[in-house]
Parts: sequence; C-alpha cells; structure tokens
Amino acid sequence: MANLITDVSKYLLILLAAMYTFWNFRYFNVEYERQERICRRLWRLMFLLHFLAYGVLFLNTEDWRMPVFYVVQAMFFLCYMFLWRQLYRNRSELLVNNICMLLCVGFIVLARLSFDKAARQFVIVACSAAVTLFIPFVMDRAWQLGRIPWAYGLLGLGLLGLVYVSGSTSYGARLSLTVAGVSAQPSEFVKISFVFFVAAMFYRSTDRRQVFITSAAAALHVLILVASKDLGSGLIFFITYVFMLFAATSSWGYLGLGISGGCLASAAAYAMFSHVRVRVMAWQNPWADIDNRGYQITQSLFAIGTGSWFGLGLCQGMPGRIPVVEKDFVFAAISEELGALFAFCVLLVCLGCFLQFMMIACQMKAMFYKLIALGLGTVYIVQVFLTAGGATKFIPSTGVTFPLVSYGGSSVLSTFVLFSIIQGLYILKRNQEEEDDYETE
Amino acid sequence: MRLNSRGEKRKRPGLTSEEKRDRSILRLGYGVVFGFLCLMLYMWYFLTVQREDVINNPYNARLERLSERVERGALLCSDGTVLARTQTDEEGRETRVYPYGSLFDHVVGYSSRGRTGLESLANFYLLSSHINLVSQAVTELSGRKNPGDSVVTTLDRELQQTAGDALGDRKGAVVVMEPDTGKILALVSKPGFDPNLIESDWETLVSEDDGQARLLNRALQGLYPPGSVFKMVIALEYIREHPDDYDRFRFECDGYFEWGDYTIQCYHGNAHGSQDLFEAFANSCNGAFAAMGLDMNLESLGGTTQQLKFNGEQPLPLPYSQSRFAMEAGAGDWEILQTSIGQGLTQVTPMHIALITSAAANRGVLMTPYLMDYVENRAGDVVKSFQPREWGNLMTEEEAGILGEMMRRVVTEGTGSALRTENYTAAGKTGSAQFETGKESHAWFTGFAPAENPELVVTVIVEEGGSGGLAAAPVARTIFDAYFAR
Repeated sequence: MANLITDVSKYLLILLAAMYTFWNFRYFNVEYERQERICRRLWRLMFLLHFLAYGVLFLNTEDWRMPVFYVVQAMFFLCYMFLWRQLYRNRSELLVNNICMLLCVGFIVLARLSFDKAARQFVIVACSAAVTLFIPFVMDRAWQLGRIPWAYGLLGLGLLGLVYVSGSTSYGARLSLTVAGVSAQPSEFVKISFVFFVAAMFYRSTDRRQVFITSAAAALHVLILVASKDLGSGLIFFITYVFMLFAATSSWGYLGLGISGGCLASAAAYAMFSHVRVRVMAWQNPWADIDNRGYQITQSLFAIGTGSWFGLGLCQGMPGRIPVVEKDFVFAAISEELGALFAFCVLLVCLGCFLQFMMIACQMKAMFYKLIALGLGTVYIVQVFLTAGGATKFIPSTGVTFPLVSYGGSSVLSTFVLFSIIQGLYILKRNQEEEDDYETE
Repeated sequence: MRLNSRGEKRKRPGLTSEEKRDRSILRLGYGVVFGFLCLMLYMWYFLTVQREDVINNPYNARLERLSERVERGALLCSDGTVLARTQTDEEGRETRVYPYGSLFDHVVGYSSRGRTGLESLANFYLLSSHINLVSQAVTELSGRKNPGDSVVTTLDRELQQTAGDALGDRKGAVVVMEPDTGKILALVSKPGFDPNLIESDWETLVSEDDGQARLLNRALQGLYPPGSVFKMVIALEYIREHPDDYDRFRFECDGYFEWGDYTIQCYHGNAHGSQDLFEAFANSCNGAFAAMGLDMNLESLGGTTQQLKFNGEQPLPLPYSQSRFAMEAGAGDWEILQTSIGQGLTQVTPMHIALITSAAANRGVLMTPYLMDYVENRAGDVVKSFQPREWGNLMTEEEAGILGEMMRRVVTEGTGSALRTENYTAAGKTGSAQFETGKESHAWFTGFAPAENPELVVTVIVEEGGSGGLAAAPVARTIFDAYFAR
C-alpha cells in the first residue's frame, strides 16, 4: 500500500512542481492585479507539494518526527511570508515565494537523506531568515554603499587570504575557517562583497585605468581561490566579473578579452595543478576509474539514470550511495527519487529567479545598483549551473552546492543575504516610484 | 547620497547610455538561458540515449532494489523455449530455474553469487516490468511483485545441443554465429557446471584444485596459441604486401624447413612438394608460411594484427580476454618462424577467431556480435528490440574474397576434408596448436558455409584434441549438417 501511494504521489509531485513552474513564468506577463492572484496560487501549490512529500516520507519511514518537523516547517514558511508582508509593503512576493519553494525542496530531500542534518539545516535557515529580514531596511538607510569599494575589496581579499593561510581542508580543498567552534566558509560571503567591490569600482568610473585596477583585484580573488583549490568558487568569481565588466562597459572587446583570458587561465591551471587534471579526467571518462576518482560521478549518473524522468519515488532509491550527496550532488538525489522532470522544474524556478534579478537590474536607474543586481544574479545562477552540470556530467564537477537546497550553513546564509539584497533593491525601486508618483500628483 | 539617474548623468556625461547597458544585461540573460537549455538538452540525451547502457552496470546497486518490486523475468531461446526463469513458491521464496542444466551454463550464466553471462548482460531488462499500469496497480495492491520482462536471446537450442553433444566430454569451446548479422547462435564451453546447483557446488567450483576451471567461459576468456589458424593472418598480410603477384608464390616443401640452426617441421613431417600460396594454405604447409614470415615487413604485420583486433578491445557483449600478438619489428628469426605458424607468444580466444572468420565471410565487414534479440513484457508485446550493427572493416572486400577462396580450397583439397559434402559448400581452416611438449596439440577448426553466400560461421577448439582436421573439423561438420538439414 505504501508503495502504491509513493508511486502515485511521485506523479502528483511532478504535476505540482510543473504547475508551480508554469505559474512562476506566467507571472511575468500579466497585469499587477493578476500577479497577486498568481502568488496566492503559488503558495497553495507549494504547501500542497510540501504536505504530500512529507506524507510520503512519513509513510515510508514511519518516523513520528517527520510530521512534527513538517508542522514546524509549515509554521516557518507562514511566518516568513507574514513578516515580509508586514514589514515591506512593496516587497516582491514572487521572490519570497521562490525562496520558500526552494527551501521546501531542500527540506524534503535532506529529511529523506538524514533527518538530523535536515533538522540542523532548519535551525540555520530559520536564523538566517530572521537576520536577513532586516537587510532591505538597512539598505534603505545606508546611503554610502557605493562609496567604499576598497572596503569590500580588502575585506574579501583578507578573508580569502586568511582561509588560504589557516583554513581547514575538506575533500582536498581549503574552504573553511573555524572560530570559537563554529566553522564557516568565508568564500560564500566574499562572493557578495566581491560583487559590491566591482560594482562600486565601476560606479566610480569605467575608464581603462579603472578597469585595469579592478581586473587586477578580481584576478587576485580568483588566484587565491584556485590556490586554495576551491575551483568552483574561482569559476563563479571569474564569470561574475566578466559579466559585470560587460554590462558596465557594454564593450564586446572587454567581453572577448575576458573570455579569452579565462580560457588561457584554465589551460594554465590544467597544466599547473594536478587536482584540476584529476577533475577533468574524472569527467572525460569516469568509467575508467570507477572505483576511485570516477566513483562519485558514476554513482550520480546511476542515480539520475535509474530514476529516469519520473523518479523512483521518495525513499525508493539509494541517493546515499553518492558521496557528499547532501551538498554537491543534491541535484542527483532530487533527480533519482523525484524524477528528472521534477529536477527540471527546480532548475526552471532558479532560472525564473535569475530572470527576475535581471529585470530588476534593468529597472534600477543607478549604475551601482544595476551592477549589484546583475552581479548577485550571476553569482546565484552560475552556482546552480555548476552544481547541476557537475552532477549530470555536463561539465566537470566543481564541488559547488545548490543554493537554498543543499545542506550547509554558510551557503544558505549567504544565499539569504543575496536574495534579501535583491529584495532590498526591488523595494527601493518601488518606493521611489511611489514617491515620484506622489510628487507628480 | 541616494543614487539616481540624474546624479549619475551629471557626473559622467557622454558615457554609454543606460539603454545600452540594459541591452548588455539582457544579452547576458539570454546567454544564461541558452546555457541552461544546453544543460537540459544534454540531460534529455542522457536519459533517452545513454541511460540504459549507463545504468546496466554491476556497480549500480540500485538495480538490486528493483528486484524487491519485480520478479526477475525469463531468458528465452530464439524459438521461445525457456532457458532461465524464476519460480516463486507459496511463501514467496524465489528460485532461479535453468531447465537445460549445464547445456547453456556459461552463456546464460547464473544470478546468485554475482551475475555472469546473459543473467548479467540482461539484468536491467529482466528487472524492469512493462505490464500495463492498471495491472501494475492491482499487483501492487495485492502485495505481489510485478512480473519482469523476458529477454529473447539469439541462441538456437538445437545448434547449442548439437555443439554440446559433438564436443562431448572433451574440454574446449564452440562458437556459432551469423556473419551477416552478428547473431550468436550457440556458445559452448566445456567443462561446465549446472547453474541450478551453483549454490551447493560453489565451494568446489571456486576451489578448483583439479585445474578444470569450470566457471571459465573458454569461448571468450580462454587464451590459446592459434596454431595454423593464424595462417589466415599471415596469408592476409602476404596478400597485402604482394597485391599483384601473390599468386606467383612458390615454395618447395620436403617436410622440414631449415633456416640457419633452426628447423620448422610440417605436421608429422609430411612433404608437400611444390606449393603455391593456395596449396600451402590448404595443406597448412608450415615451411611455406615460415618462409613467408621471414620476408615480411613486421611493422606492417603489426598493423594488420591491430586491425584484426589483437591487443585491443573487441565488440563483445560478455567479458572476454584480449588476444595477444607480441612480435615487434626487429624480432629474431626464431620468433618470426614460430609466430608465422601460430606458435610463439601469440594467444587468441576462440571468439576472436570466429570474429576474423566472420569478417572474411561477410566481405570484410565485422558485424557486432550480440546475444539479446528483443525484450518482451509478460503479455508478449515487444518492448525493445536490438538491431544488427556494423562494427567496422577488418579487411577489404577483395581481401575477404581471396581469403574465402583459400579457405574453400582447405575443404576441397586440403586438411579440411572432414567438411567435404554434397549438401553444402563449406570453407575453413584447421589448426593444431602445440602448447606443451609431450602433450597432444589443441585442435582448431574455423570456417563458414555456404562458401558463395555464407550463412553460418563455426569455430571449434578441442583442448589436447590432436589434429584440427581430425578432432575439431568433425565437430563443425555435425553443426553445419544440423543447420543445413533444416
């Protein structure tokens, strides 16, 4: 009986996710009044999906902590939605919606993988949500954000340097700092300070000298990361910089220069670092070394392939076979048990967030904010692309987590900060529009 | 200071307009969307094209989970007879039953104690159920397992039986396949085992103090010196090096070919007299081939063996050993003499000889050998079928024609006289490979029929059988007889 319900519900879950994705995109080309209705519909779909998935988890595990956990999560989502509504009249409801949807997918997968980790993740999520709630408030009052590029630059470089010198190593990469028993991955936060640094630099000027200085500082960020063997973050910083450079200057020459520089740097990294070669080899032919270097990626391919389009159903697969599944390979776990179609929907929701960021970027009048929206959007979407592409062997695995879905405190906190800043920009813009309307009246 | 457009414009007049910037941002957005489209397209390709090959892998533990929900399907002969099926008793205990016992032992394999043969090859299909969704729901509700799909193999029951009987109690292997499709019709390896008793016999099967190696599939994994069947390779290389005048080759055979301190003897010291290339091949004249070898361009010979899939991967559906050709340019005379007559360090599997014969019989084109014909669900609807696929050319059509003609002469006037019959025109090559002094040689025969339009390739090895013409060729004869009697 439990099997049958699991089987039927896996199609229902896909249907709900597909409907959510559809309305998510529909949102962009309807009138303002209808947008509110769509958001209410999205909330209902999300809660239905959440309820159904936890029902299946409970049926399969018969663990009474599941329904309790479910209720706590549902309360959290409701509170989060309510507080944003109360604090910011002009927030983007869709953004709040999507954050909760991605968290919801993350909680489902994590609870299935390990209840303890899911519970720990929930605590971090709740704290992050509470803290970042006030970011738009702060942004509205801090007027000097675009004036202090070197504060961001030196902060970022300092943190990365500190990790390089005294960070602890995990899976061959130097990633985290431990202070007073709490370990954190500074690179997750430096992503944001980096975007602020570049935006502030280009806000000052985009002449050749300024571009050169900024590029040198950006290259230094990337170099420290590569030296710490954090290839994924290095790549994210690099792409973000090239995108921001192109947007700030609108110069195809800079874009070409950036891309060719990137190719040269990758070739050099391939030649110089053995860990780069190992990753590339494990990508080219993981089957040749299936016991060792190819193990993780082949297990991921087995998971995605065995799950196929509709998935095996929650608790019916073996996602635990993939090493570090709850972080870098959570996409494979989603695809295995919930189906590739569900995974596609999750990707499309992420892409929808990115497109909304880009729209906000276009709507912002001030160059500094424009670049911030673009830069943060790029940081976010490149992460999604690297983690999904790595798990499917589309590109070599770079050890990047899935924002808001994967297990990991620093990642989730920094993504909350990122989304809240974008939300802040949106609110600034809407407030401004209201003021303008008021003045013209 | 709050940033706004007016302030910005005043500060830097004449810079790129805001619209231009927005257009750049949009372009970047399109770029990202394009990247995601590629990623999803790749995933679609992975799930529709690569998926089955990828997940049907012994490292994929998930397939075990499938067996909790699906009753393992049956393996069938091409005529529908059951080779392996799962029997479930009233308490739900499953046993795998092999009605033909040891007849199909290696090729069908076993599925407890690991998986081998077709049980491993077809594992994924056997554990997939394609009955309709309503019946699936009904079986789910009643707590039973869904019936797995059946895999219909290319194996021919009668030919397998004939081949097994013809080999009898002798050690050895037989491969029977269709050269124009690559279908494997029979695959025999002896001594064998009874897959029904694999659990109880396991300890004795793996301990193997007697050197029987019963679990070894000799057809694909047994490495043997090729003996005179290797003359197919040498003859091919000779034709390649002398494309215009290979038919002017002459050799005077007095039974012993002396070269410096070395002597190469023809089988039992028979003197063949004056031989051209065709006669030397038909009579398997060692002296003539040793002389050919001494004149040969060893680098080119290395290339030919590589093209014939020595020292490399072969397109086989089951685990196999790679054949070995070790002679390099600059080899000494003794090594050249030995290698030219199929002795020395060269080692081949019976399957590999069958592949070369098959290409010679199919205008030089090797068809990828296969064992699974199609997959059907419990209701008998075909779920998936496998088509013949070309794997590549091992030789040109012209070379294949000449080689075929030479092999035909082996039967009409040479060592393959056991295959002489009115009923069909067989072609082939015998071999008697010495492997240890004081022991009988391994008897080889490989051939095809009918010579003008080959339908069947048969390769036989009888370990310590003696002469290929006397021990192996009659086995092939029985198989051809059975096939052409239909």
